[in-house]
Amino acid sequence: MSLVVSQEEYISPGHMACPGCGATLAMRYVLKGLGKETIIVLPASCWSVIDGVFPYSSVKVPLFHTAFETAASVASGIKAALEVQGDTETTVLAFAGDGATFDIGLQALSGAAERNEDFIYVCYDNEAYMNTGIQRSSATPYGAWTTTTPVRHPKDRPKKRILEIIAAHEIPYAATASIGYPDDLIAKVTKAKGISGTRFIHVFSPCPTGWKSEASLSIKIARLAVHTKVFPLYEVENGFTFHINMEPKNLPVEEYLKLQERFAHLAEQEIAFIQKNVDEEWEHLLKRALY
Amino acid sequence: MIKVIVGNHAVSYGVMLSRAQVIAAYPITPQTSIVEELSEFCADGHLNAKFIKVESEHSAMACCIGASAAGARAFTATSSQGLALMHEMLHWASGARLPIVIANVNRALAPPWNIWNDQTDSLSQRDTGWLQFYCESNQEVLDTVIQAFKISEEVLLPTMLVMDAFFLSHTAEAVEIPETEDVDRYLPGYKPRYKLDVKNPHSFGSLATPDYYQGFREKIQEAMKRAKEVAIKADEDFNNIFNRRYGIIEEYQCEEAELVLVTSGTVTSTSRTVIDRLRKEGRKVGMLKIRMFRPFPFEEVTGALKDVEKVAVVDRGISFGHGGIFAQEIKSALYSQSSKPFIFSYITGLGGMDVTPQVITNIICDALERNTPPEESIWIRGKL
Ligand code: SF4
Repeated sequence: MSLVVSQEEYISPGHMACPGCGATLAMRYVLKGLGKETIIVLPASCWSVIDGVFPYSSVKVPLFHTAFETAASVASGIKAALEVQGDTETTVLAFAGDGATFDIGLQALSGAAERNEDFIYVCYDNEAYMNTGIQRSSATPYGAWTTTTPVRHPKDRPKKRILEIIAAHEIPYAATASIGYPDDLIAKVTKAKGISGTRFIHVFSPCPTGWKSEASLSIKIARLAVHTKVFPLYEVENGFTFHINMEPKNLPVEEYLKLQERFAHLAEQEIAFIQKNVDEEWEHLLKRALY
Repeated sequence: MIKVIVGNHAVSYGVMLSRAQVIAAYPITPQTSIVEELSEFCADGHLNAKFIKVESEHSAMACCIGASAAGARAFTATSSQGLALMHEMLHWASGARLPIVIANVNRALAPPWNIWNDQTDSLSQRDTGWLQFYCESNQEVLDTVIQAFKISEEVLLPTMLVMDAFFLSHTAEAVEIPETEDVDRYLPGYKPRYKLDVKNPHSFGSLATPDYYQGFREKIQEAMKRAKEVAIKADEDFNNIFNRRYGIIEEYQCEEAELVLVTSGTVTSTSRTVIDRLRKEGRKVGMLKIRMFRPFPFEEVTGALKDVEKVAVVDRGISFGHGGIFAQEIKSALYSQSSKPFIFSYITGLGGMDVTPQVITNIICDALERNTPPEESIWIRGKL
């Protein structure tokens, strides 16, 4: 199926993101997939700032800023209100960072997913609390430096497997995507738009500020994450049907790590440990995709 | 039509007659039968609303916020810990100027666990920018739900209806259920002034610089001030159609009173009988019922109390480290007056402790006997 990408832009230049910000591209592509009949719910995140300072807004669709842990519940309320008013066309989009999704908002998201609320939830994952100054979240990967996991004591636990947690609610559609592959991302958003019920898309969004990487390398880093199997692109339908969307090139994980200073302190054996984990997780994923 | 119903069902009837469109709720004792009845109404088609059975009170309020922002009339109910859990979102609702209505059944906060009546839960939310009404009877509960939507939608601030656990929530009384057509006439369908609309896109609640921020806070305060006049008018209009009115305060037997007892909620009914008896005995005592607590009706309260010698305030809630909350508010309201009555603060009835006619009589006698009030609140004790 060939994908037609809208030439329309739904976010304006002059937004307040750092250069090279993956989160901004994530919003840009998601809105290209959803179009202007979309209402966004935005919990506390970098995007609370990126959107702009009152009375300005950098997105061209209605947007409701809300408290950190409430993206999924506010989205449930908006959808219910649209339904009672007879509006079945408008897409409700909850757009949240990893902190709001993996941590503080997980309860509300789980509640909404269990009820199979009819909205799309996009998590843009930059692997830490970036807007408050780079503190670890449960999306931060093993070994990474953050301001609360200093190099003498980097993160000692793996990243929470959010996609599987959410997919386990047996929602109709859950997928990973990356700003490195906009065509895949937009295709997934478009597919999600055509499904009803809770849809969840986990978007890998490099953050040059927090990852201490070159702003010009965000896309390259995002692509390397896929090809080192750190962040595979796959879908889960109805909780059980796994489908891998892109064959990784099997590059060594070091290729990905070395472009980011947040991993600069890692010793050879730690990199080997990460490689081993990545390989094992990939094997697990493969098994489920073949099953 | 007159029905004998518990206070919780009086809320449910009020919500149905108000044609709420989105209800989101989480179960908590003693609130649950409000939303159980509402889910029956929805299932039977008596009420055309979406009922979202959320996983927490925090999410219940967040759902109502989303629904209200998208243009629906939204309602939830809670109690005690549930209201405490909602606290953050109470600010969000008023800050976003959303006319949500909540019924809070006053219940004590743990620990120790206690499911009985206590007003500290709602009183500790007094600074969240919500209107608050304290109800005395099941009829008042039903009528106040309908008035609450009317007032909230006019001033764009949310309203909290407050009622005593068990004394109202689970006690059946004869209640006149208004006719649907009459309620429709009083409270037409909700037409939001602002809403999330793809045809007219706006960003709501974005980052605001200090000057803007303070400006928005000032506007909330202006809306609060206006809410008093709007509530008085809403009560009058209600009276014209339904032949019932409550006022924002009620003065009872206050003519030439030497002492006025200040009450709220069901203690008011108990106190009425005590005042009647004492008046018969020739004692010059009266009562002031506070129905509207936010916005605080300064003029009405000071008007009723400024020429009285003594005021005894019955508090069923406490601000730890200070004292009875109603008493504080009454004191601060009267401070700007040239004639200042002595204000006696009594704390009683916490955690459902029975406030009998004898307790009220004791409070009045105590205040009459004392010359000046002690600095701190006086506890009327139960078992210890
Ligand atoms: S801190 Fe990171 S995620 Fe936030 S705006 Fe900057 S680059 Fe984007």
